[in-house]
Amino acid sequence: MVTQLAKPTQLVQSGSNPGQILDNIFIWITRLFAFSIALILVLITIEVGTEAIPAIQTFGLSFIFQQSWDPVRDNYGVLPMIYGTMMTSFVALLLAIPIGVSSAIFLSEDFLPVSFRTVLVFLVELLAAIPSVVYGLWGIFVLIPLIRPLSEWLHQTLGWIPFFGTSPGGPGLLPAGLVVTIMILPTITAISRDALTSLPPELRQASIGLGATRWETIIRVLLPAAFSGIVGAIMLALGRAMGETMAVTMLIGNSNNINVSLFAPGNTISSLLANQFAEASGLQVSALMYAGLILFALTLFVNIAAQWVVGKIQKF
Amino acid sequence: MLLSSRAIRWTITTSAAALTLGLAACGGQSDAPTASSGGGASPVVTENVTLSGAGATFPAPLYQRWFSDFNKTNPSVTVSYQSVGSGAGVNQFKAGTVDFGASDVPLKDEDAKAIARGALQLPLTAGSIVFAYNLPEATAPIKLSRQAQADIFLGKITKWNDPAIAKANPDLKLPDAAINVVYRSDGSGTTGVFTQYLSAMSSEWKEKVGEGKTVNWPVGTGAKGNEGITAQVQQNKGSIGYIEYGYARENGIPFATLENKSGKFIAPSDESAKATLASAELPDSLVAKIVDPEGDDVYPIVTYTWLLAYKTYDDPNKVKALKAILDYTLGEGQKVSPELGYISLPENVTAKVKAAAEVISSK
Repeated sequence: MVTQLAKPTQLVQSGSNPGQILDNIFIWITRLFAFSIALILVLITIEVGTEAIPAIQTFGLSFIFQQSWDPVRDNYGVLPMIYGTMMTSFVALLLAIPIGVSSAIFLSEDFLPVSFRTVLVFLVELLAAIPSVVYGLWGIFVLIPLIRPLSEWLHQTLGWIPFFGTSPGGPGLLPAGLVVTIMILPTITAISRDALTSLPPELRQASIGLGATRWETIIRVLLPAAFSGIVGAIMLALGRAMGETMAVTMLIGNSNNINVSLFAPGNTISSLLANQFAEASGLQVSALMYAGLILFALTLFVNIAAQWVVGKIQKF
Repeated sequence: MLLSSRAIRWTITTSAAALTLGLAACGGQSDAPTASSGGGASPVVTENVTLSGAGATFPAPLYQRWFSDFNKTNPSVTVSYQSVGSGAGVNQFKAGTVDFGASDVPLKDEDAKAIARGALQLPLTAGSIVFAYNLPEATAPIKLSRQAQADIFLGKITKWNDPAIAKANPDLKLPDAAINVVYRSDGSGTTGVFTQYLSAMSSEWKEKVGEGKTVNWPVGTGAKGNEGITAQVQQNKGSIGYIEYGYARENGIPFATLENKSGKFIAPSDESAKATLASAELPDSLVAKIVDPEGDDVYPIVTYTWLLAYKTYDDPNKVKALKAILDYTLGEGQKVSPELGYISLPENVTAKVKAAAEVISSK
């Protein structure tokens, strides 16, 4: 996420009348809550970290580059799952960013009467309220049969591209990525739209006043001005895409092998955890915790990278 | 705007939840009048008792049916069973957070000894695991030789018209289609039993893959739960997966006839599974692993599933209720098993289990 914290202005002078005491109590309560969130995160990390220690000691960094996940021989590596996590998120963002941002633009302009727009906005946000297991079932019974002809056509005509290299057979990275696309759309659309509508109207007036057309205004003025908000939306969406579990588990094929083809089954870290945790024992639990820790690190890394990118671009 | 629509969304979700609850409550009420038809007998236990259990998903549909039927004749006894998986069930049982556990694989000896209150492993039912497939061209059940069974899951046989399959099925026209293997992606007792069988039967499988609740599958795609495999097999032509007999039968998925150790092709059924159970003597520990048994009419993949009970309980009412439930499941309850695709245990087995359950007592 992109955080821009404004320095709070000093509204209340320190003193000792009852109203100010109340203010102080209130400040301390909010402070307590704010810190407790950070504390919970730290505690979770410590807990996951300590549980992961046996696996860290056994495998070290080779855990990240190892390709086999073999509970029978207690030999674990998460490279296929890291690949799967990145690939599904990448596919999802690739599709969701253009769709999400364009619908945000559409919904923030006055192309439609306000009443229509309100309904549309509500519908888009309603997408976020659908439970992910429903998305998973929809994916199995509707999406996979629906995209099969297209996948087969892609494989036959563009099969020389590694991404379309295997013959499509049901679950795989592509259906998982497509469903995640739909799941992250409301995040991107809603937050980008908020960023666009909260821009000062003077920007638009000035741009139009200088003779710019509507599209020039949108692309040259409004989008750059709302950029940090839009990137924030994308980062939130990416976080959701990387952590999405249920729908992905149902659609990705849960195969712990790396296959470049989008039609081949793969796996993600969160899906691996969801599948194996209940029945795991011994070193396997520890390896799963280690995998969880890596997902933590990945998310953190992505967030920091995003902050950095936004910081760089905003300087211009 | 975002905030306000979130509020709306929240309201919708909660009202939907409330509606669901309301409906569920209505369902409960409308069930009540027919309650007496469940077991037909007067209540055995009159004290208010709640028992909680957790464990295997494999027998969960049967357990849930049993416990609700029992509750109809004994309304004061409520049993909640959470099908969280054998491993989690065993862990909760070891930690003492449940009144009973359930597992498809027996406790390890050291685990059983470590439980201070004493542990009993009671087989309450058994089930077969079948090779379910989707191949519209096959007009009769496909026969799979022992070699073919292992080689399909090893990824060595990749086409349905492979000579290794065709040889056993001279009457079928097998298509030149790819075999799409489907396995359980979640850790599962079913996978444990299935890989145990493959390991016992094929030395190559034992060497390359081995046995366990989750293994490193050489080929195929993973699906979650029996229902996940069922859906995936139904959706994709050319698929083959292993599921519980009951699931396959209920969903109308064809399943293969398997060559057993004696070289005979046996279709999974209540009778062939019973023959399998009869082929192995149940020891006094009540823990019998039937792996790849011999015999002309036995189906090769059949497993008991165990309810884990403590030998001592603090609350005498719990003991009374648990014993009454066991009595019901081992008697009247066995008649329900075949309806749901499970095997009703032979009488000598149920008698032995009942005798073992007598040990349960309060402090």
